[in-house]
Amino acid sequence: MLFVPGNNPGMIRDAHIYGSDSIMFDLEDSVAITEKDAARFLVYNALTKLHYGKKELVVRINDLSSGLGIADLEAIVRAQPDVIRLPKTDSAKDVIECEREIERIEREAGIPVGKTGMMAAIESANGVLNAKEIAFASKRLIGIALGAEDYVTDLKTTRSPEGIELMFARGMIVNAAKAAGIMALDTVYSDVNNEEGFVAEATMIRKMGFDGKSVINPRQIAPLHAVFTPSEKDLTKARAIMDAIAEANARGSGVASLKGKMIDKPVVARAQYLLEMAERAKTITVEEI
Amino acid sequence: MFDFDSIPHIKEVSACHGAYKEENIAEKNLTSFDERQQTSKKVLPSLEEAIKRVGLKDGMTISFHHHFRNGDYVINMVMDVIAKMGFKHLTLAASSLTDCHWPLIDHIKNGVIDHIETSGLRGKLGDAVSHGLMDFPVIFRSHGGRAAAIETGELHIDVAFLGAPSCDPYGNANGYNRDSEEGSCCGSLGYAKLDALYADKCIIITDHLVSFPNTPFGIPESQVDYVVKVDNIGDPNGIMSGATRYTKNPKELLIAQYATNAIVASGYFKDNFSMQMGSGGASLAVARYLREKMVEQDIKCRFALGGITGQIVQMHEEGLVKKILDVQSFDLIAANSVKNNRFHQQIDASYYASYVNKGAAVNQLDFVILSALEVDTDFNVNVMTGSDGVIRGAVGGHPDTAAGASMTIVVCPLLRGRIPTICSKVNTICTPGKTVDVVVTDQGIAVNPARPELYERFVAAGLPVTTIEKLRDRAERIAGTPEPIQYTDKIVGVLMYRDNSVIDVIRQVKD
Amino acid sequence: MDIKKTGVAGTMESSDIIVRIEPKETEGIELELESAVMQQYGKQIERVIRETLGELGVTRAYVNAVDKGALDCTVAARTSAAAYRAAESSDYVWKEVRI
Repeated sequence: MLFVPGNNPGMIRDAHIYGSDSIMFDLEDSVAITEKDAARFLVYNALTKLHYGKKELVVRINDLSSGLGIADLEAIVRAQPDVIRLPKTDSAKDVIECEREIERIEREAGIPVGKTGMMAAIESANGVLNAKEIAFASKRLIGIALGAEDYVTDLKTTRSPEGIELMFARGMIVNAAKAAGIMALDTVYSDVNNEEGFVAEATMIRKMGFDGKSVINPRQIAPLHAVFTPSEKDLTKARAIMDAIAEANARGSGVASLKGKMIDKPVVARAQYLLEMAERAKTITVEEI
Repeated sequence: MFDFDSIPHIKEVSACHGAYKEENIAEKNLTSFDERQQTSKKVLPSLEEAIKRVGLKDGMTISFHHHFRNGDYVINMVMDVIAKMGFKHLTLAASSLTDCHWPLIDHIKNGVIDHIETSGLRGKLGDAVSHGLMDFPVIFRSHGGRAAAIETGELHIDVAFLGAPSCDPYGNANGYNRDSEEGSCCGSLGYAKLDALYADKCIIITDHLVSFPNTPFGIPESQVDYVVKVDNIGDPNGIMSGATRYTKNPKELLIAQYATNAIVASGYFKDNFSMQMGSGGASLAVARYLREKMVEQDIKCRFALGGITGQIVQMHEEGLVKKILDVQSFDLIAANSVKNNRFHQQIDASYYASYVNKGAAVNQLDFVILSALEVDTDFNVNVMTGSDGVIRGAVGGHPDTAAGASMTIVVCPLLRGRIPTICSKVNTICTPGKTVDVVVTDQGIAVNPARPELYERFVAAGLPVTTIEKLRDRAERIAGTPEPIQYTDKIVGVLMYRDNSVIDVIRQVKD
Repeated sequence: MDIKKTGVAGTMESSDIIVRIEPKETEGIELELESAVMQQYGKQIERVIRETLGELGVTRAYVNAVDKGALDCTVAARTSAAAYRAAESSDYVWKEVRI
């Protein structure tokens, strides 16, 4: 997910060319308080007039307590991005309140109720503890995300290259998301010139079970995809597993085996997931750019 | 003793100047070598004196090189002296001209210069020409086309004024200074070499007069009539930057990544390949990405040609690029490499790109990476006129390398600001689409339909391939269809293709 | 929509446009446009500014715009933002719906 500052026309225009799976237009932290209205017009017009192909479009609004969130929703829900990202989510109540506003605007605008997806960013110690309730708070939620900058401030610490300070939050968030059957998204890596550190962190969070990561610079997209793309060795194995299953099914047998070992259900699920991921990562077509 | 006339067939022997006569031997010079070079008759005290001695006349053709780029003092310095001496109606045939040459505007207005031949024009001068400064249209030639015109004598140079960072009292001139690290340095003297060879008279202008012999030299004393020492031939910072830096612009990096993947998939990326790269942001990044692929796949480049950057030199020093053929050094690392690396060879413009000589290096290229201001749906490329129709570019070696290379790749963003780079018709054709094989943009790669095998290979490699029409449509969908630029009927520039046939004209822009 | 004071929106960055809207006593929009792409897109930029103001019901205003290659959607967004600021209004109307 590529972060794009909501008041930067050049970046908004080019956001789709870099091969990210989704684009997040930001009305929150990257926009100066005096430019909130201007950014809202810009993102609204971009969503309604520019072509972003098959990209998943996300807009990060200001939180409702800031007094700007509702105004953001009035504009953005009508522009119909795929997902609205709610920042600074501390509890299930924040999600429910936001959902209520979205639903009201959907009704007013004649948009099918429930069409607008949601994503909640957890950015405080309290929010991390409430991760499970947040993850289960709305059917609209497609995922929850960690917002590390505010979170470490809340913990009264700072971010380290190893990310030891985020261990608990990451574990909690990924676990809550998986329990609710939604995606877990990791936070940004702000040192854009340190590709090695970025790859190390991406490798770790993939291993932890995260489904993706936010990036602040297009240069981070290719290395991130490289981390999340399954290796040829794993794919060969996955294909062999799926072949064995297909063969067993053809025989009418419920039990499949590979190289003399029985294939368990979770093994099949993992193989399937791997192949799906590989399919998604395969080729960039011009239509997608 | 012999009787000259009795020697059989002696009248039929050519290069035989009669019988030897002792009185024909000149007096020997008995001074020491050092005293002799202090008093070399070639070294003249001033430009004015040199101009008098070479016999410059009204209406003659004078030439300059562009190795000092935007730091050049030589052209303005020489033209001021020529103007002061009262000469008129000259033809100025430079290998190229740039922003810093705007003072030529006055010399044109005052009738000192009637006619200009060059590879490019920029800045105020380009603007003035585009607004109708001259009656005689500027003749734009490619580097190869100019070299050919000089070789065939069609472009006859009466006097060449060639700046050189070092020269000895007999005229051995060089693009760097071997005796000290001070002063300016331009590396290869590729474009000056040919002018020195063919001009009737050749004057070297230097700020470093060094002891004979200034070897290895770019220009030999046998081609030099006079040497003039001046305080400064140029601004070292304008002549070249320390090192051409890698871009951090994500769009340029993306284009470079696509271009690199296209090269790797093209079938031309194999051991002993040959290449030429430009100095633009995307082009330089291609060098970096390609280097990674070369290391990864253990593939070496036989030679790199053309304008040479520090990136190519680095690959040479790592053993990845075996030989460098350098007509123009783009940065200080490249310039120093000409001086220090045995297989970094300076070559002249003819060797580089002429179509009439017995062999030009462009014809040995596997691929070349070129830039573009505009590319149209026939793959024609404009590198000369900006989006407002004003002259602000140079043909350079663009058409020469495009014609010579097996695969010509043009890299450019789909849009510059709001202006589509891919359009229905370029403002000015510099390189014909027939010689352009691949266009790489940030929003897809277009392959010339004449190269279906490249298209197949790119598709198989999973590259984002599309058609040039779709790229144009996409650009216009984003930016809207631009209204055409308004021109008057007056022709202010003539574009010569590399065979010196007229490929296009530039008209005066309407205000 | 009544223009009450000077309202400005946009930046001088590439691909942006800065739009300044000022009160005018008589009927009509007086527009002054400066653009890096005047020849190719000058008329189009002017059309978008006038249309956007028309949709907002602005009929009296001096408009000064300095364009750095903004797309139509940016021109419209900056014009709207400047107009609302100049009208000291936050009664935004969001009508279009993405298809």
